[in-house]
Amino acid sequence: MFGSDNWEKAESALQKQTADLAIEKGDIRKKDIRYLFAGDLLGQLIATSFGTVDLEIPLFGLFGACSTMGEALNLGAMTVAGGYADKVMAMASSHFATAEKQFRFPLGYGNQRPFSSSWTVTGCGAVVLTKHRKEGIAAITGITTGRMVDMGIKDSMNMGAAMAPAAFHTIQQNFDDFQVDESYYDKIITGDLGQVGRTILLDFMKNKGHDLEKIHTDCGIEIFNSDDQDTHAGGSGCGCAASTLCSYILPKVQSGTWKRVLFVPTGALLSTVSFNEGETIPGIAHAVVIENIGNL
Amino acid sequence: MEINKKAYEAYVKQVTPVHKKWPGIIKAFLVGGIICTLGQYITTLFMNTGLEKEAASAWTTLVLIAATVILTGLNIYPKITKFGGAGALVPITGFANSVVAPAVEFKAEGQVFGIGCKIFTIAGPVILYGILSSWILGVIAYVLKAFQML
Repeated sequence: MFGSDNWEKAESALQKQTADLAIEKGDIRKKDIRYLFAGDLLGQLIATSFGTVDLEIPLFGLFGACSTMGEALNLGAMTVAGGYADKVMAMASSHFATAEKQFRFPLGYGNQRPFSSSWTVTGCGAVVLTKHRKEGIAAITGITTGRMVDMGIKDSMNMGAAMAPAAFHTIQQNFDDFQVDESYYDKIITGDLGQVGRTILLDFMKNKGHDLEKIHTDCGIEIFNSDDQDTHAGGSGCGCAASTLCSYILPKVQSGTWKRVLFVPTGALLSTVSFNEGETIPGIAHAVVIENIGNL
Repeated sequence: MEINKKAYEAYVKQVTPVHKKWPGIIKAFLVGGIICTLGQYITTLFMNTGLEKEAASAWTTLVLIAATVILTGLNIYPKITKFGGAGALVPITGFANSVVAPAVEFKAEGQVFGIGCKIFTIAGPVILYGILSSWILGVIAYVLKAFQML
């Protein structure tokens, strides 16, 4: 609960802590950051709006469901590359309890989750993007912004299946745009497809002649130990991709273990209203090419 | 996308793991059975103290609800339901759990708009349609009685 008296405040506190940590690690000052691109899963983005008040950084609040970190990185990278800012921050958070409360059931309510359901990650990730290459050794060298993909999935407990076609589409688009294939990347890392979504994505890619079996991994699968933690299909939420990126992917890229990765956070864009009104669950996926460019 | 939605739905169904049916049924039977046996035990206990059967049942209901309230607060009841499924959802304890859980969850939003408005978010439909269906059955019974068919 991060010392707060309710879950929403706790998520805000988590954002504040994460942003402060990123600023500290980047060895920069708050006021040097020109824009903040941040989001969360809650209605009207309350975790972000309350969590970033004290930062006093011009804010663009984003909602891309669990793909928010990808959306923030896409926009942040464009802003920096376009010369509109020299430093921006991208951040996304989620909290198990706030997400359960908003999208599913109260925590104390007993029910059985299907195996395809995912477990919202309580986590937050923040990165500082800068145009000065020497300051970092992981760089964004390309983006592929996703579009809505709706394959008619209606089961909110199977979001992996709702998002996998979007991930497939974005990865395919990335290959086309950059004239590359899977061999160009050391890893292709999706956001929170989970076990079911991964199966679908790999099947789809295989049909197109791309074998991702060895190089694909998924933040939702990486973040939990599904046997010990009983998280079923895996982790989900904006914080899943964001915190996996910051704590696992970026260090690997910076250390040179992976030279170039394609980071593809995926989002299932549903609300309890659209779900109750019988709508489908469209998915979206935003890709970011992250490279180790060495100590320039 | 070249694959159509119907085909995709069928494909997703095929790759999505589901809970095994029989272990689920056995667990539900066990948990539901234990809860009901416990209820019977409490009723007998009350009857032994000299209460009428109806009064004893009412007291049993109260005891079971109180126990669920405490178990929900201690986060134990959700674990029982996770194991027992419908075995723990269907008895009165499951109903109590569905009322207490929102009350605890929405306490932060205040007594009126939090607890007051949200307490029946899960149990509400059960109450509404429970009353509606008993009303319909009542009307049917009344009509049948009027024609001396019951």
